[in-house]
Amino acid sequence: MTIAERESELIDEFSFYEDWMEKYEHIIELGKSLPLISEEHKKDENIIKGCQSTVWLHADLQDGKVIFTADADAIIAKGIIAMLVQVLSGNSPQNIIDAKLDFIKELGLQEHLSPTRSNGLVSMVKQMKMYALGFNMKA
Amino acid sequence: MIFEVEKIREEFPILKSQVGKYPLIYLDNGATSEKPQCVIDRIQKYYEEENANIHRGVHHLSQISTDNYEKARKIIQSYLNARFDHEIIFTKGTTDGINLVASSFGKLLKEGDEVLITEMEHHSNIVPWHMLVEEKGIVVKYIPLKQNGELDLSTLDELLTDRTKLLSITHISNSLGTINPIKEVIEKAHQNGTKVLIDAAQSLQHTKVDVQELDCDLLVFSGHKVFGPTGVGILYGKEELLNELPPYQGGGDMIKTVSMERTTYNDLPHKFEAGTPNIVGGIALGTALEWLSGFDMEQVEAYEHELLLYATKRIKEIEGVKIYGEAEHKSAVLSFLVENIHPYDIGTLLNQQGVAVRTGHHCTQPIMDFYSIPGTIRASFSFYNTKEEIDQFITALQKAVNMLGA
Repeated sequence: MTIAERESELIDEFSFYEDWMEKYEHIIELGKSLPLISEEHKKDENIIKGCQSTVWLHADLQDGKVIFTADADAIIAKGIIAMLVQVLSGNSPQNIIDAKLDFIKELGLQEHLSPTRSNGLVSMVKQMKMYALGFNMKA
Repeated sequence: MIFEVEKIREEFPILKSQVGKYPLIYLDNGATSEKPQCVIDRIQKYYEEENANIHRGVHHLSQISTDNYEKARKIIQSYLNARFDHEIIFTKGTTDGINLVASSFGKLLKEGDEVLITEMEHHSNIVPWHMLVEEKGIVVKYIPLKQNGELDLSTLDELLTDRTKLLSITHISNSLGTINPIKEVIEKAHQNGTKVLIDAAQSLQHTKVDVQELDCDLLVFSGHKVFGPTGVGILYGKEELLNELPPYQGGGDMIKTVSMERTTYNDLPHKFEAGTPNIVGGIALGTALEWLSGFDMEQVEAYEHELLLYATKRIKEIEGVKIYGEAEHKSAVLSFLVENIHPYDIGTLLNQQGVAVRTGHHCTQPIMDFYSIPGTIRASFSFYNTKEEIDQFITALQKAVNMLGA
C-alpha cells in the first residue's frame, strides 16, 4: 500500500466515530499496535524534542525501506506516533520525505490536540522525515 | 449579604460557553481568571470614548484618560490599604514587578549579599535572583519545603543572616495551594533588618490583603488573575524604600528634566513608569478591584474552602489519585496525579469533555523535583465555580481514567 492509501485507510477507520472521546479511544487502541523501540535504542538522544511527554523514536534502513520503532510514556502520544509509524514505516526514504500527510488535517487531529501536543505532532513528523533524509544522503 | 454563586456567574459571559458539546468547566483559575462584564465593558468604553495618551496632552481626552488612570491607582491603593497612591506602581504583571525589584534593588546589592526565597516559588520569583547571582555574585538561599507542601519555617532563624538583604516569598503557592504565614515571616525578617517582597499573584483573588497590616515592604500581583485584563499588574512599595531604589527602565514619563548631559528623575510613582503604559489595562484593573471590593472576602474564602473540601473528598473516590499539597491552610487549588497515568493524557481527555485544567510543572520545577514527579494536573477554583461543576469534573476524570487505565 502507498502512503496515501494507508492514510485513507486511517481516515476510513476514524469516520466510524462521531464523538471525539471515541476517536481518542481509537487513538489509544492504535498505540497498542505500535512496534516498540528496543531497550538499547530507548535512550535520551532518541527522545523527540518539542513533545510535552517523552516520545522515543528509532529508525532502521532494511532493503531500502525505513522501519520505524517508537514508544512514549503518555498513552495518547503513543497512539499518535503509532499512527505516523503505521502510515510511514516500510516506505522508501524518498517517499517519506515527499509524504504530505494530509490525514492529520483530514482527521482534525491538529485542531483537537492542545497547542503543546500539536507541536509534539509536528516534531514527530519532522523527526521521521529527518531520519529519511539521513538515509537518503547516505545512499 | 448572601453569597449567590448563580448571580455571580451571570456576570461572566464566558462561563456560558460550550467546548464542543460540553459546557465549559473552567478550573484553570490559577493561570488566569475570567472577566466580569463590567471589566469587559470598561475596556470597550475606554476605546470608544476616552482613548488618548496620559500625563502629556492638555487636550480634553488626554485629561479624561489621565484622570481615569490616576483614579484607578487610587482604587488600587484603597484596595490594598496602602498609605499613599504613589506607592502603587503600574507594571506589566507579577513577573515584571519582580524583575523591577530585582533590577532596582539589585543595584544596591553587593557580592555575597543574600536573597532568601523558598523552594515553592514560581520561576518568576527564582530566575530574576539567579540572574543577580551571575551579575553581582549575590547568594540565593531557600526556605525548604516539607512533604505536606508547607514551608519548614523552623529553618528561618538560621537562614536569616546579617547578609540577608531581601526575603522574597509567595503568599500562596500556585502549584500546591499552600497559604504561607507571611505576617509572621515578615515580622521575623524585619527583626533581622531584612526587607520583604510578597508575591501575591495567587492571593488577592482569594483573600483580603492589607499591606499596612502585613507591613510588607514590597508586594506584586497581576491584573489578569484578579478578574482584570492581561498585561497589567501592580508593584506596591513603601514610600521610603521606593525613594531609595534607583529607576528601572529609562524613557518618557519617568524623567523630570533631560539635557544632553544628564537626566533627573521624576518623583514616585512615575520614576518607575517609563513609556506609555497599558492605560486601558490600568483603568480596567481599577474596575476589577472595585467590583471585587463589593464582595465580603471572608464569605468568598469560606465558599472557596467549601469547594476545595468537596473536590478533595470527591477526587479521593477515584482509585489511584494522589494529591500534592496538603497544607493545613490551603487555598482552592487541587494538584494531583493518577497512578500510572500520564498527566497530559488526563489533561487532554478532560479538555475533550469541556474541563479546563492545567497540566505540567506549573513553572515550579523545584517543587516537582522535591516530589520527584514531572508535573501534576491542577484544578484551581474561583468563587464562580460550583459543586455541580466539581461533580462534572469528577465524572469526566473518572471517564478519562477508565479509558487510560485499561
